[in-house]
Amino acid sequence: MTRLLEFTLNGRDRADAVADNILLLDFLREQIGLTGTKTGCDGGECGACTVLIDDKPALSCLTIAATVAGKRVDTIESLGTDGQLSAVQRGFHEKLGSQCGYCTPGFIMASAGLLRKNPNPSEDEIKEALGSNICRCTGYVKIIEAVKYAAALNGQGVSP
Amino acid sequence: MNEIVPAHNIGGYVPMIDGPEKVSGRAKYTADILAPGQLAGRIYRSPFSHGEIVDLDVSEALKVPGVRAIVTGADCDKAFGVLPIARSEYPLARERVRYRGEPVAAVAAVDDASAREALRRIKFKVRELPAYYTSKDALAPGSVALHEKKPGNIERDVLFELGSTEQGFAQADLVREGTYNCAEVCQNQMEMHAAIAEYDTLRDRMTVHASTQVPYYVHLMLSQILGMEMSRIRVIKPHVGGGFGCRTETLAIELIAALLARKCNGTVRLVTTREETFITHRGRPETDIRLKVGMHKDGRITAVECDCDQRGGAHSGYGIVTILYSGSMLYAIYDLHNVKYVGKRVLTNTPPCGAFRGHGTVDIRFAFESLLDEMAGELGLDPFAVRRANLLTAPTFTDNDMMVNSYGLPECLDWVEKQSGWSKRIGNMPKGKGLGMACSHYISGASKPVNWTGEPHATVKIKLDFDGSIVVLSGAADIGQGSTTILAQTVAEVLGLDLARIRVVTGDSEVVPKDNGSYSSRVTFMVGNAALDAARNLKSLLTAAAARKLEARPEDIECLGELYRAGAQDKGATFDEVVTEALKDSGTITVTGNYSTIPESHGSKKYRGAAIGGTMGYSYSAQVVEVSVDEDTGVVTVDKVWVAHDCGKALNRLTVEGQVQGSVWMGMGQAMSEEAAYHDGLMLTANMLDYRVPTIQDSPPIEVGIVESMDPHGPFGAKEAGEGSLAAFLPALTNAIADAIGIRFNDLPVTPDRVFEAIEKCKRALEKTPKKNGGA
Repeated sequence: MTRLLEFTLNGRDRADAVADNILLLDFLREQIGLTGTKTGCDGGECGACTVLIDDKPALSCLTIAATVAGKRVDTIESLGTDGQLSAVQRGFHEKLGSQCGYCTPGFIMASAGLLRKNPNPSEDEIKEALGSNICRCTGYVKIIEAVKYAAALNGQGVSP
Repeated sequence: MNEIVPAHNIGGYVPMIDGPEKVSGRAKYTADILAPGQLAGRIYRSPFSHGEIVDLDVSEALKVPGVRAIVTGADCDKAFGVLPIARSEYPLARERVRYRGEPVAAVAAVDDASAREALRRIKFKVRELPAYYTSKDALAPGSVALHEKKPGNIERDVLFELGSTEQGFAQADLVREGTYNCAEVCQNQMEMHAAIAEYDTLRDRMTVHASTQVPYYVHLMLSQILGMEMSRIRVIKPHVGGGFGCRTETLAIELIAALLARKCNGTVRLVTTREETFITHRGRPETDIRLKVGMHKDGRITAVECDCDQRGGAHSGYGIVTILYSGSMLYAIYDLHNVKYVGKRVLTNTPPCGAFRGHGTVDIRFAFESLLDEMAGELGLDPFAVRRANLLTAPTFTDNDMMVNSYGLPECLDWVEKQSGWSKRIGNMPKGKGLGMACSHYISGASKPVNWTGEPHATVKIKLDFDGSIVVLSGAADIGQGSTTILAQTVAEVLGLDLARIRVVTGDSEVVPKDNGSYSSRVTFMVGNAALDAARNLKSLLTAAAARKLEARPEDIECLGELYRAGAQDKGATFDEVVTEALKDSGTITVTGNYSTIPESHGSKKYRGAAIGGTMGYSYSAQVVEVSVDEDTGVVTVDKVWVAHDCGKALNRLTVEGQVQGSVWMGMGQAMSEEAAYHDGLMLTANMLDYRVPTIQDSPPIEVGIVESMDPHGPFGAKEAGEGSLAAFLPALTNAIADAIGIRFNDLPVTPDRVFEAIEKCKRALEKTPKKNGGA
């Protein structure tokens, strides 16, 4: 069955016809073409598909699209304003929190979710917030530096 | 007046030039390339480990609405494989299946659901054959050969003895022997395998987007498998989400996508699942090692004897090369003589292994550095002293003719010893805590390419046009290691221009020069040198143009990047003016830069396959690992790692640090938690929960020291940075555990249950031992 899904995606209200059983991840990527959100596993293993639902990190591969009715969904494409990278994006770019880049959108959204809730996270809090995201390139050392740097930039007024 | 200086682009912390795309979600990976009318591809895989194909019936599958084409082994009778001498694999199995998960048929349909439904209706029957899941079973007398041409299931055996081990062991004060087992591990890069093949029926042309490290090899294999001229094929490598070696050969994925596309005269997008990505495999084989070392009481090694069996899986892949590397790379790190190596690459009914980061060197290095540590302890020597007693003196050639020109291992040892506080802390660690150290090395590109054509090893083009834009054209595959950034930095450095002036175009066979690909850590060294050559050629054209414009002699022209002048008093000409002058002769300028290795680096002819291991430059690494062992649970925590890596010259300190940290961490996964496990040939760990990659919570701080030995042949002195630091972690960890609790682990991974069991065993043994009288 198909239903009408009304929700807010990256700050814009929309109404889409969606199949009852389509995953939010597949809806975003295959139906709308927002391919910034990545598929990295067969379901709930890696965190590459992390998006924010009402500012909270969520795995879009374990979310039925229809369940976001009336909610705000933010993907990697929502970050950055006026042609500038957001604080978290700058952190991952400038501190090399991203190498191959495939896990990066998921890490960035999980980090943005953290900073929206907790602008000054400790290292343990960063590790806890990113504990279900897998990166295979960096060894995470520079990811932690990236998030700390992003928190500092955020403190200077750059949006997370 | 301000002093005018050219921009400097080498040696600093430079973020990757393609970083903004990656952090904004704009970077396109293969599966992200969507187009209307694309068909969905799906692969039917063998549920049997070993069997003769009796029947493959796709008639019911073809009736599923929306199915456009089905291909099977009947559609292609040509075999593929990365090594020209070992092509045994068909894109879709013919006559026989040899492992569970081997591709048998593939479907293209209007959507994924239809393709999956078609797979369910495929009927496949085999006459089952005995299947072997261990090297031992495959090698047992009377076993059925997986491949007719490989009796006894030996893909390749290697034997060499250089010097006399008999004499060497006779000279030793201490001879010790150990056996080691390293579990099979998988690259498990974040991007799952994907290919998009587009067949242009009208022009008989094929375009394939592939998530590969080796677009040129994919090009070669597509031509062979499709029976199409290479000029009709175009290979595009979009952003690639990691590789670590599993994409250094053409995979069945891209070949199947192309076969489907041609059969249905359309475009097929084939994106595999994580499970299929695991089963496609090409990881590091399970390895059994017996190692015997002779040592003087001062720590000098007198002889080495090493047996190595690798469970290679059902096809060769890179296997022949892997088993050769394991032998040849015993050398070039220490001053060894009297070495005997016996290697066996075994064919088994498991997915094919391949070239995993640190190709062929890692498990051997684990065994070697473990035994050195054990022997150091017995001789009462510090583990650092044992390494220092066996250092090479560069430049030199090893007994197997490997050329060592730069050798920063001594400085690596000094750095980690000092930074970790080793001298004061070793022997004084609190209960349950320990320190361990080890070394490793790697090549900067294989000196002889897999497909020898007589061309240079690397070619780079630079285009300069009316707008003053400098476009570097290279086939080098950036898979996240940052090669594109290194090429831009190299060209910018030579021309003295700001990095922002340089653009790099890669990854499209229609535009860029051929490149052998990103493997064996060849790109910075070989393609970097080609970029250096191209940039110098461009600079001499610009200098000549500036001389004409300024009416001076070319040798008097000073290039300051944005300004060319004839001496400090000259106002000179701007870069743009010089470009305009240069274009007057030829219009758009294109320059070429090449690089070839020198024959002295091509390795030995002393035994069959002895060229493997030859390179222009070896990187070196030393590590100290600090651990805490919870003796009640067996949980080992890595508290800190200090690693020093000799990369010749760090062209980009940020990416060198990132590569070294990533290598160390990947070694940690192999050492502590990662293992591909099978039940009757079915991979049990083909997901990211059962295949346990360390999370951010499990991962330690990794402090990197960069050692710069300035290689005489490397670009600006650089050598590799992306692989050499992986191997040392494994033995440094087990050496640290031995320091912490007195138990040495020779089998990997060292999981909590193994540690717990070993501790319990020790306790039981202690309880049984009658207490001696006296004592302190």
